[in-house]
Amino acid sequence: MYGNAYIDPNQQHSILEGEDMEKLAAFEARIAQGDKIEPHDWMPKEYRKQLIRMIEQHAHSEIIGSLPEGTWITRAPGFRRKLALMAKVQDEVGHAQLLYAAAETLGKRRESMINDLISGKSKYSNVFNYPAPTWADSAVIAWLIDAGAIINQVTNSKGSYGPYCRALDRICAEESFHLKYGHDNVVFLATGTKVQRQMVQEALTRWWPPIMHFFGPPDKSSVHGEILMRWKVKMASNDDMRQQFMNMYVPKIWDLGLQIPDPNLRKNEQTGKWEYTEPDWNEFKRVINGDGPCNAERLAVRRTAEERHRWVRRAILGQGVEYVTPLA
Amino acid sequence: MIIQSLDPRVTRARIDQEKEFQPLDQLDQFETYEVFHQKKRGQQHSHVGIVHAPNAELAMVFAKEQYSRRGQCVNLWVVRTRDVFITEYEDADIFETTPAKLHREAESYKVMDRIQAYKERQEA
Ligand SMILES: [Fe+2]
Ligand SMILES: [Fe+2]
Repeated sequence: MYGNAYIDPNQQHSILEGEDMEKLAAFEARIAQGDKIEPHDWMPKEYRKQLIRMIEQHAHSEIIGSLPEGTWITRAPGFRRKLALMAKVQDEVGHAQLLYAAAETLGKRRESMINDLISGKSKYSNVFNYPAPTWADSAVIAWLIDAGAIINQVTNSKGSYGPYCRALDRICAEESFHLKYGHDNVVFLATGTKVQRQMVQEALTRWWPPIMHFFGPPDKSSVHGEILMRWKVKMASNDDMRQQFMNMYVPKIWDLGLQIPDPNLRKNEQTGKWEYTEPDWNEFKRVINGDGPCNAERLAVRRTAEERHRWVRRAILGQGVEYVTPLA
Repeated sequence: MIIQSLDPRVTRARIDQEKEFQPLDQLDQFETYEVFHQKKRGQQHSHVGIVHAPNAELAMVFAKEQYSRRGQCVNLWVVRTRDVFITEYEDADIFETTPAKLHREAESYKVMDRIQAYKERQEA
């Protein structure tokens, strides 16, 4: 999951406590008729809170996600692939910029988001805590993680918060290059020598569990979940997005003669749904909470980037600067 | 402990994994500029987003990087967010055209009936 709206079902008090019911009704009516909510509009506290968390997580995912892929920039096979990978990684950092801006319109400053990322208070997509030990891993990431990201982003771009939808529209326009580039790299290896095929198969085997984790655990149905759907903060269940992903990409993977490491994976022709082994959700929780193979390195790299350039930012910060919340 | 990474760039940077982080101060990321671009000559400029920058010149550099990465831009404007005056959505009713202002609408000018009636009177 890139960024995910989620209300703890054990939360005792009503999330609507203290809200102005008349304003709430007008707000919900606006969303129901397909209107977007804009930064200065009235909104329930929980709507703001969920969106900040979701967009912020998404922004962190983009910026941290550029690290596993960046691993192979210096050793990309050939100049064209090196240029393409640099462009893709730059795009991802640009996506983070757009998303931080969208979250900022809800009132959280960019400094606070960066601080919360580095301190571990804010999360980012779990998949980026795994390493990319070979070039083939970077190919699998660019194809399949970006494919998952596209499903998530296209879905969320139909949501109710204007600035997030607009950022996602811009992002999705760039993602098609990422997907094609990743597919191209995977196909090249999968149709290549025995060694190349083996390399891409091993990368797929490594990445399949994180890919299954990507959309998050199955959502339990809850009153809170319904509210997030009604507010168009959450646009599809995690399982629906996972099914959509499998529907689109499992046949393409099989088509290349690659094996997916799940003996139970098959499409049930009666229900039209994919059946599969649930990935290890305990591992998912453990990694999200800091105990993955690369969590410490990812955050240390991010922290160092902020630290080592701070003196430059201080030197160019002018007099009389005054921050106001961005408009849209 | 100095990080030994799969990424040679990270290893070269000699990053101490345990180092304590001093949180960023409030204006570390500067203020924001609103960015407008023109897709091609003859079209209007339109708002595309923001950049954080210490001054207009750097805002322009960042805006070019962020908003014209894939062509489709011939001109950029940046303006400090705090210099933009805005209306509030809750005042959106000021834009509603009231029925009393139909005299400003083309469709409230109907002459064909009058011409028709005139012609009929002439023939009679
Ligand atoms: Fe992205
Ligand atoms: Fe991408």
